[in-house]
Amino acid sequence: MKLRIVVTLKNGVLDPQGKAIQHALAGLGFDGVDDVRAGKIFELDVAEGTSDDAIDQMCRKLLANTVIENYRVERA
Amino acid sequence: MKTAVIVFPGSNCDRDIAVALEQVTGVKPAMVWHGETELPQGLGLIALPGGFSYGDYLRCGAIAARSPVVRAVVEAAERGVPVLGICNGFQVLTETGLLPGALMRNEGLDFVCRDVPLTVDNSQSIFTSAYQAGEEILIPVAHHDGNYFADPETLDRIEGEGRVAFRYGANVNGSARSIAGVLNKAGNVLGMMPHPERRIEAAHGGDDGRRLFEGLLEAVA
Repeated sequence: MKLRIVVTLKNGVLDPQGKAIQHALAGLGFDGVDDVRAGKIFELDVAEGTSDDAIDQMCRKLLANTVIENYRVERA
Repeated sequence: MKTAVIVFPGSNCDRDIAVALEQVTGVKPAMVWHGETELPQGLGLIALPGGFSYGDYLRCGAIAARSPVVRAVVEAAERGVPVLGICNGFQVLTETGLLPGALMRNEGLDFVCRDVPLTVDNSQSIFTSAYQAGEEILIPVAHHDGNYFADPETLDRIEGEGRVAFRYGANVNGSARSIAGVLNKAGNVLGMMPHPERRIEAAHGGDDGRRLFEGLLEAVA
């Protein structure tokens, strides 16, 4: 079973990397990019029948730091 | 006082802290590898050193925080054993949940490596008893991810509980409320981005960092 886990910074958490990327896009001449937020994607191949709870625990215990990050799980 | 230094793959300040601890306590610390599951008995301090544990993969300190030895460190901390995390060690402590908040990429995106003035906010803890409250000291920093973040309620709570040990006297990394070092609620765990172990003798340009270890030795021994 293939999973894609998307981890993004919470609203209100400053993202200096996103800001730098935004400025670099502006430097390349792309106008009108109002905001950029950088995140991470994890592609997992897990055993069939892995419970939603186990997947949620993987996110909470390791893949995301819930102090600063949100996560969502997408099933392929 | 018996001490231990935890060594992860990628730690690079483990020797610095070991030298500082040996100079102040007169006893060589036990160097404990990340794969160990038990710590030596009777420790007066467990130190988590600076560096780039596990190559800073995933998030700084994230993998180290889930290593076997850190489970033992968390148990020891919960029993009241003093734990000091410096730089990457601070990042590890926030990742374990022993300390609140998180350390994010520096606001200016630069790796910052220089001496910075710190203000001692709380001089009542076992780690800061040799300083005066409000005293300014000079301690080096060397980090890329030292931008302390916590939500406003958490910041209000830790400030209200006197858990800010040190604040930056200059904005080096964008940290919330200039927080440079944080204590846990019980006061036996301190995490700080600056490196007191790099300023313990005249040859380092000063010894403001030495008093942290001397004060701890007096408080614990």
